[in-house]
Formats: sequence, C-alpha cells, structure tokens
Amino acid sequence: MTDTRDALTIARTSDGRLVRRPLSPHLQVYRPQITSILSIMHRMTGIALSAGTLLLAWWLVAAATSDSSYATVSGFMRSPIGLLFLLGWIASLWYHFCNGIRHLAWDAGFGFELPTVHASGWAVVAATAALTALTAIAVVMAL
Amino acid sequence: MSETAKTSTTKTGGKLHVGVMQSELGRARGLGSARSGTHHWWAERVTSMALVPLTIWFVIAALRLVGHTRGDVAHWAANPVNATLGAALVIVTFHHMQLGLQVVVEDYIHAESMRMPMILAIKGAAFLLGLASLVSILKLAFMG
Repeated sequence: MTDTRDALTIARTSDGRLVRRPLSPHLQVYRPQITSILSIMHRMTGIALSAGTLLLAWWLVAAATSDSSYATVSGFMRSPIGLLFLLGWIASLWYHFCNGIRHLAWDAGFGFELPTVHASGWAVVAATAALTALTAIAVVMAL
Repeated sequence: MSETAKTSTTKTGGKLHVGVMQSELGRARGLGSARSGTHHWWAERVTSMALVPLTIWFVIAALRLVGHTRGDVAHWAANPVNATLGAALVIVTFHHMQLGLQVVVEDYIHAESMRMPMILAIKGAAFLLGLASLVSILKLAFMG
C-alpha cells in the first residue's frame, strides 16, 4: 500500500529534487466562505439536476405515449409537491448554468484574482435569484 | 514537456526552476490515473459549452408549452427545428450528466467494489433515460 502511494505521490522536480506532490486540502479545517460554498453548490445542483432529468424523461415519454399518461404528468407537475419539485429544478438549473459559465471563464484563463472570484460568485447568486424568480413567474402565469 | 523543462534548466545553468508536478509512474504511463488523459475533462467542457444556448432555448420552449395539451406538444415537436434542438439537448444533457456523476462517485466512493458497479449503473441509467427521451421526441416528431 505504501509503495503504491509513494509511486503516485513522490515526484521529481525539473532540477532533480524528490518532492511529495500536494494532497487535496481537508475540508473540515477550513472556515466556510463563498468560494467553497458555491463550489459545493455546483455539485449539489448537478446531482439535483440529474434527479430532475427523471422528470424530463417522464414528461417526454408520457407526451409520446397517450393523452391519459400526459394528463398524469401534468397533474403531478401542478400538485404542490410537483410545483415545489419544479421550483427546485428551475433554481438548480439556473445556478448550475450561471456558475458553469463562471467555470468556463476560469478554464479560458479569466477571473482568477480573488476580488474577481468573489464578485463573480455574488453575480452568480444574484443572476440565479433573478432568473429563478422570472422563470417561476412565467410558469405560474402560464398555468 | 519534461524534456523542454530539462533543456531550459541546463540553458540557464540550473537557475530556472520548472516544477513538474507529476509522479515518475504517472509520467511513464503518460495518460494520468484515469488512463484517458484530459478526454473526460474536455468532454465535460465541450458539452457544457453546447448546453449554454441549448438550455436557454429549452427553457423558453418549455415555458411556452406549460399548460398546453399533449397535442400541442406533438405539434411543437413536428417542427424539424424543435425536434433537432430537442434531440440535441437530450443527447448532450445526458452525456454531460453521466460525466459529472462519474466524477462525484469517483470522489466520494472509495471502495473499489462499490465504485465500479455504481459508475456502471449510472452510465446505464443515463443511457437508457437519454435513449427513452430521444425516442419519445422522434416519435412525437414523426408520428405525433
């Protein structure tokens, strides 16, 4: 076990020194802050959206099956639990969408300075709130 | 990469330090611990880029279908543009989903006996759900 671990964690720098590669930080020693909270939320909303694809698949399959099965899905979506589920799905979608764009910007090499990271984080929170409210209002008005 | 680093080190008489944060074993294998290089990471980015416009399109389309009948949905899907974008959305969404869930399982499930079955189950479920959604869109598009 130790040998495998060493094989994977011990590296040599370009000037020939042996070094231990850095390990991931242990979460529990850190004070929660916007950067870490938003990062965890990206994962949680991703998992929530995965559960939400069950609803998407159910809706599409029902639409392709019969009027009565479509009525069952519609009935569920309009029920209090269905509407709550839908609200959670809409909020998760917009959060993952906005923060995903933030991630793509990082991947392209932009926005790494700490003040920018904090500002883009709050922008994601604000955009999620606004888009979720807007979408929820549109759903309620169309029902 | 490491060759370049060695060359630049000798040129500056050992002054220039280039950190190569890769283990000897990792360098020998050449493709990282997942044995696929950056493919997984890159596929996640490509699908997320595609999902930016597709998501906006889908939310607007879905909002216009709220409160409508099954017949209205079929009529909507009969438009080739809607069927194409709907099919694209479903394919890219489920692909992106299984890529993301795979990483979540790999990060949190440490027992190898649990990890592999879970990843395979997720990939199987994502494939079947995606296929069911795709077949439904095509059926709506071609047969109403």
